[in-house]
Amino acid sequence: MCTYVVEKTPLAGSGRNAEGWFVLTEASVSYDHPFHAPVEHAVNIDFTNVAAGPSARVAVELTAESARALIAAIEEAIERGQEVERRELEASESYATR
Amino acid sequence: MPRTTDQYQAIQAETIILDGHGGDPIRAFYARPLGAGPFPSMVLIHHMPGWDDWYKEVTMKFAYHGYATLSPNLYERFGHGAPDDVAAMARNAGGVPDETVVGDIDASIRFLKAQPNTNGKTGLWGTCSGGRHGYLAACKLDNVDAICDLWGGGVVMREEDLTPARPASPIDFTADLTAPVLGIFGNDDRNPTPEAVDQQEAALKQHGKQYEFYRYDGAGHGFFYDNRPAYRQEQATDAWPKVWAFLSKHLS
Repeated sequence: MCTYVVEKTPLAGSGRNAEGWFVLTEASVSYDHPFHAPVEHAVNIDFTNVAAGPSARVAVELTAESARALIAAIEEAIERGQEVERRELEASESYATR
Repeated sequence: MPRTTDQYQAIQAETIILDGHGGDPIRAFYARPLGAGPFPSMVLIHHMPGWDDWYKEVTMKFAYHGYATLSPNLYERFGHGAPDDVAAMARNAGGVPDETVVGDIDASIRFLKAQPNTNGKTGLWGTCSGGRHGYLAACKLDNVDAICDLWGGGVVMREEDLTPARPASPIDFTADLTAPVLGIFGNDDRNPTPEAVDQQEAALKQHGKQYEFYRYDGAGHGFFYDNRPAYRQEQATDAWPKVWAFLSKHLS
């Protein structure tokens, strides 16, 4: 079935397709028919720059379970990465005040 | 009647450009038998994954079976690129507007009926969203001679599912239908559910419309797609001859 379930969010970052890197402006997350994944419905994530045309797209099609695991991995990476950044900042501030 | 091996056959298939809805130039894949005809004609209405290889191959299949067949690119206005990239543009925009699709189908029918080797009878055939669009077009247009709705999800829509692109539930226009309907559905489908198919059949019956419905156990959504896990060989090979019989009956 076609669910037409789509959620969008603006993005800041870059994506890479077959032609090279491009500026990302948006992500669309749909729960609908995939083009390639062998399931009836997938979590389809398109990282896009709509103004640059249809080929400015980085696509993934994930099972719902995989998508949830990805969300958890992203959250974990952000948390750990920002913790490292915070410690580095504290260390540099401490060094500067000596 | 099966063709015999000593019979000459020839088809031609190519991309053409025609004036679609609002006079917009749109591409279409046009496959037809070669010869004087007159041939019945078909418009194939592609599914949500877009104007892809599967639809173009099926367009040639219809030509092989004797139909001058046109498959318009309903996503023309979303730009050009790989079919899945263009379909993703349409998907992320909330789908192609019904009004545009009906206009492009109308233009396709007019194109086919104007060809010197067609017989003036044109049918519609669509799967998934194409089944819904075909049913809607058959209700809205007066130049459709037969409609094949294959698991058209969203023929029966809830109020909360209406969107700017799909502002009405096609079933509500059933009274206006003038063409006979062939419906092919899988009983494991979740859209249309067997209950939705029951509602569609009840509406056709209520309005005294001519229809044939075939509903298959052990099949879900998209069971003709031989490039997808949804393919069901036994059910598909039973259903294809029903398509040819229905079209032969109404378009010859």
